[in-house]
Amino acid sequence: MIPSSFTYQRAGSIEEALALVAEHGDDAKFLAGGHSLLPLMKLRLAAPEVIIDLGGLRELSYITDQGSYVAIGALTRHHDVHSSGLLTRDIPLLAHAAGQVGDPQIRHRGTIGGSIAHADPASDLPATLLALDASIVARGVEGEREIPITEFFQGLFETSLEPEELLTEIRVPKPASPGWSFQKFTQRAIDWAIVGCAVSSGRVALVNMGGTPLRATTVEQALAGGASPAEAAAHAAEGTSAAEDIRATRAYREHLARVLVSRALTESAARS
Amino acid sequence: MKVDLTVNGKDISVDVEDRMLLVHLLRDVAGLTATNVGCDTTSCGACTVLLDGESVKSCTVLAAQASGHEVTTVEGLAAGGQMHPVQQAFHTQHGLQCGFCTPGMVMAIVSLLKENPHPTEEQVRNGLEGNLCRCTGYHNIVRAALTAAEASSEVPA
Repeated sequence: MIPSSFTYQRAGSIEEALALVAEHGDDAKFLAGGHSLLPLMKLRLAAPEVIIDLGGLRELSYITDQGSYVAIGALTRHHDVHSSGLLTRDIPLLAHAAGQVGDPQIRHRGTIGGSIAHADPASDLPATLLALDASIVARGVEGEREIPITEFFQGLFETSLEPEELLTEIRVPKPASPGWSFQKFTQRAIDWAIVGCAVSSGRVALVNMGGTPLRATTVEQALAGGASPAEAAAHAAEGTSAAEDIRATRAYREHLARVLVSRALTESAARS
Repeated sequence: MKVDLTVNGKDISVDVEDRMLLVHLLRDVAGLTATNVGCDTTSCGACTVLLDGESVKSCTVLAAQASGHEVTTVEGLAAGGQMHPVQQAFHTQHGLQCGFCTPGMVMAIVSLLKENPHPTEEQVRNGLEGNLCRCTGYHNIVRAALTAAEASSEVPA
């Protein structure tokens, strides 16, 4: 399968990328690693007229210690997040979850910024960053702004990025407590999660239980009130709106959410 | 558009459509047909090649994205008539049945062993999660990867 025709432009700098998207507007799409966008284009589910390739922007590939948080450049690949010594030590949930995305070939290309900007609720990293209470840095021609992750995901494949903004950095606070867990249930190793769950510092986030990644707030409240992992996990499907598809019914997804949250809370408690 | 890349050590400079995929450049332009198109949806790994030394699925990379970079296909592995240790191990362990997944499997294992020269069996199985063998010949493929790792460790550094 071959994508429909488009014009390929390679951005040599962030400024050039912003100028190109300002010039082409809605007809243009940024291309990072291409492992969300290119498959959609091959299936003709997306047909942008202009592709702005960010692949040459090495200045957006970094993982740096900022004291209370770690700054990750938007073009940092899953492979680099997974193998980062800094993240493995200070934010092990993120290093682990990045290693669960797709397969090694996909992790050699796919980027953390691309995954977040694509905003697929079935992806591993959006929910992981929600559990970690990260923030997103976006740059436009008029400057930079920081968006709390709780305000970032607006709907299925929809974010609060403006059309002419570029996601440049993800800031991840170092967790206050050492417990964490990431659970993912798939049919085959490389599949998207049917349901997944990330836990960090009393926050619980769900993969694929609605149009966006979701915080399981009832579970969090129960935990804060002293409930056991099993008691708290019984609330995991409350407030969710899981889709029905070829892989699972909504009832099955809700069951999986309760089971995976229970496992995650138990594992997280054991690590605390 | 014009793309310039190095394939198996040879410089290639060619005009292609902007939307051309790397796998089609390799097969149809460079004539390197060992790299197969299997699922064409980033799942099966038959099209795996090395891009700057790391495994990627060439059905999900634009030729334009590879411009300025180095690509290695299975045709580029053997040096001076000598099979690469991973190829040799596939031969001795009978790591193939129909052979369709083999070029992708070999390249995925070359990349895996570069990152982790002494993997456990479990690490090999996890490392090959992006490659499917429809003959289900996984046991011998995993044995081949472990044999290649052993063979490489016998070569003095």
